[in-house]
Amino acid sequence: MSEGKQNRFLPYLREDRLPHIFCPGCGNGAIINAFLAAMEKAEMDFDNIAMVSGIGCSSRIPGYLNCDSLHTTHGRALSFATGLKTANKDLDVVVFTGDGDAASIGGNHLIHAARRNINLTVICINNNIYGMTGGQISPTSPKGSFGTTAPYGNQDAPFKLAELVAAAGATYSARWTTVQIENLVTSIKDGLKNPGFSFIEVATQCPTYFGRKNKLKTPTAMAAVMKANTVFKSAADRMRPKELEGKIVVGEFANTQRDEFTENVDKISVEKFGKRTLINSAYETEL
Amino acid sequence: MAEEFFIQGNEACAKGAIAAGCRFFAGYPITPSTEVAETLARELPKVGGSFVQMEDEIASAGAIIGASWGGAKAMTATSGPGISLMQENIGYAFMSETPIVIVDVQRGSPSTAQPTMAAQGDMMQARWGSHGDYEPIALSPSSVQEFFDFTIKAFNLAEQYRVPVFVMADEVIGHMREKIIVDDDIEIVARVRPEKSDDYLPFENIENGTTPMPAFGDGFNIHVTGLTHDERGYPDTNTPETHDKLIQRICDKVLNNRDKICSVRSENCDDADIVLVSYGAPVRSVVEAVNKTDKKVGYIKIDTPWPFPEEQIKELTANASDVIVVEMNLGQMYYEVDRVVKDKNVHLLGVIGGLLPTPDEILEKIDEIGGN
Repeated sequence: MSEGKQNRFLPYLREDRLPHIFCPGCGNGAIINAFLAAMEKAEMDFDNIAMVSGIGCSSRIPGYLNCDSLHTTHGRALSFATGLKTANKDLDVVVFTGDGDAASIGGNHLIHAARRNINLTVICINNNIYGMTGGQISPTSPKGSFGTTAPYGNQDAPFKLAELVAAAGATYSARWTTVQIENLVTSIKDGLKNPGFSFIEVATQCPTYFGRKNKLKTPTAMAAVMKANTVFKSAADRMRPKELEGKIVVGEFANTQRDEFTENVDKISVEKFGKRTLINSAYETEL
Repeated sequence: MAEEFFIQGNEACAKGAIAAGCRFFAGYPITPSTEVAETLARELPKVGGSFVQMEDEIASAGAIIGASWGGAKAMTATSGPGISLMQENIGYAFMSETPIVIVDVQRGSPSTAQPTMAAQGDMMQARWGSHGDYEPIALSPSSVQEFFDFTIKAFNLAEQYRVPVFVMADEVIGHMREKIIVDDDIEIVARVRPEKSDDYLPFENIENGTTPMPAFGDGFNIHVTGLTHDERGYPDTNTPETHDKLIQRICDKVLNNRDKICSVRSENCDDADIVLVSYGAPVRSVVEAVNKTDKKVGYIKIDTPWPFPEEQIKELTANASDVIVVEMNLGQMYYEVDRVVKDKNVHLLGVIGGLLPTPDEILEKIDEIGGN
């Protein structure tokens, strides 16, 4: 990068970990960018953000950001995040996950975290495939799409994650694609500010695996298909299921308020016993 | 001033946890450990702690690791089926050097087997349950008092060595009621914060030791991963030396401190022909059998099955011809004893079915072997 044209988000990155491992054309870069822009717009204190992730390409993102980050086991990020946030509810806890991580191996934790309405902001990067292991189909792979484990085409119906999480009780849920970055930034900002469980699904391109297996070899070709198939929720609500086949419905699926989990935990201590939930109690000394 | 209580083992465990500074518990209902969770659900809010009933045991193990990095001493309690589910995250805790305490109130196994009956079938799961090389610390209580004391000790060891520590109890100890004495000057090991410095390495290669651990939010901006990592915590998965150095250190910090960690209690071993070796609830019958017999029989009670107290077992059986391992499985710690005292006849009195081996069964075994 030439001098004077330094990326304005560079101070948020662990520069000593660059270059990153993401493939050319991957959507993760644009999504990191969108996250950091949203974080600034939400006027968050970056130093107060702690990140948690599971396993997969998307879960590698926190490792490049210069904040406390817990890169955990496959599918379990939300359970680690639940412990972290409950132990210190002053932290702003952000979870990066993917379709396989959050919706397959971690599906149970996803619906329960939403049910609890615990104040976490989850960015779920949905590339419809397992990228890290080399292109196997995922629970969001479209019916008929190809992957290394679906050589004759995927026969299963995909999960609709933003709708699933909204139904499970999240107070904020939205879906956008890497083509609608402005909307994505707004939703991440709203998710960060929402004092409850916030889920932002980002449909993204994986040219290396999904693209290669599905005759969409370039990132631009994938973006064009995503754009062409995008339907705004307001329009989708008036469409028949048949018309929505193969479409990506974008917009907000939940935006509401109800009691938040860690506040409830704290409330029991305060109202019944006059004690606030302790923070950093393992240490003898204050920071 | 010491206080006395007449309580159940599982309640004593919960009481010990609170005394040790545990302020976060995550768990999932499972017999015969549930009273640990129930007691902490009631007691933690009174001391500014948090209780979370998770969706399963996998999540419970994850949550306590997250809470530990959030700055709280954290624990879960479960039994066999739950400990099986937790294994991957327990491995993560070893790899990320996260202090946590895992209580296993063992029941008849494998599978769901005998929920309300006692067993010691998970001893090797505590040792080898997660994939890969690591050195666990495990404590086995033989009384309600010890369930209280060992839970505190487990927290102290977890903090001292930045490791998960198991309390391997069993249904007998979990559900029995006994008097316990709680001293008011209990030794508690607090977590040590690192000094703020640009040179701080959260996974520094300190010989036989551990690096102080900050909490998330302290401003150290650390990266914690289950991947092979360097001293900064950054993934480095393809350099053989990085992996070797990391895993050796994770093992050595426990192995090279065995003399400080390992604990046994023994009686009459010096001139015994037969030495009984046991741990957990069966020790109660072993002690009674030794008191009843007029033969030269001694016993060793293992407080810390892991790391296995090799030196102590060798020393205390030096003058014996025969060793009998009494345990509630078909031979788990038996093979450890056999490995360590190769020159003796090592016998197994392994009892399954859910009931404690009785003193008479032990006396019969002694007679069967002979001895003077």
